[in-house]
Amino acid sequence: MKARVHVMLKAGVLDPQGEVVRHALGAMGFDGVEGVRQGKVIDLELADGTTEDQVREMCEKLLANTVIESYSIEMG
Amino acid sequence: MKAAVVVFPGSNCDRDLAVAFRQAGFDVSMVWHKDADLPAGVDIVGVPGGFSYGDYLRCGAIAAQSTICGAIKAHAERGGYILGVCNGFQVLTETKLLPGALLRNAGLKYICKTVGLRVETSNSVFTEGYNAGDVISIPIAHHDGNYFADDETLARLAGEDRVAFRYTENPNGSRDDIAGILSENRRVLGMMPHPERAADPGHGGTDGAAMFRAMAGALTEA
Repeated sequence: MKARVHVMLKAGVLDPQGEVVRHALGAMGFDGVEGVRQGKVIDLELADGTTEDQVREMCEKLLANTVIESYSIEMG
Repeated sequence: MKAAVVVFPGSNCDRDLAVAFRQAGFDVSMVWHKDADLPAGVDIVGVPGGFSYGDYLRCGAIAAQSTICGAIKAHAERGGYILGVCNGFQVLTETKLLPGALLRNAGLKYICKTVGLRVETSNSVFTEGYNAGDVISIPIAHHDGNYFADDETLARLAGEDRVAFRYTENPNGSRDDIAGILSENRRVLGMMPHPERAADPGHGGTDGAAMFRAMAGALTEA
């Protein structure tokens, strides 16, 4: 089984990389890009029976730093 | 008095930190990230700069899960002293020994230059060789030194006199110009600038030497 974890900087935490991407898109002529936030996708291959709670524990302890990042989990 | 300097794969300021401790009179041993224990009788642990584990996932995140970090946390719980510099500061926030986190520099560039730091408190073994308000010149060399903490944490750090150093000209976007902070018991200091790179006349500046002298003085009396 697999799980996909999305890790994003929390709202209110400045994302300098996203800002640079936004500026670059504007400079390329893509008008109207009002915000860009950049994050991470982490794909996990898991033994059958691994629970979402276990993946949540992985996120809390390692995959995300919850001081600055939020995460979401897709099991499947 | 004994200091231990931790070596992770990718540490690159470990020997500089050891030299600075040794020059101040410490008996220094190096400890490997896989070691389960610190040498007996260690007073202070130095967590050095560098790129532990290649900065994979987040700076300091993998190091924070290393075997030696278990021993470092136990040392902190016993009231031991810890100095984390640069990547060492990132490791200390990832282990939650210090609050907050270090983000990518606001200007996105790696910055390597000497900056001005204002000493905000002399109330710690690390900073008692300075007077609050002193401005010292110490090099920085980092890509992820942009200190972030929520408003409540910043207020608590300021209210408890736990901001050790602030940048005189903020180079990296750090909230509240913070360059270094102390733990609640004032025995753990994390800072992005490198005092060990300003500890010998050959470095071009010696403003950091007072930190190591102060630690040596305080820990000799103890």
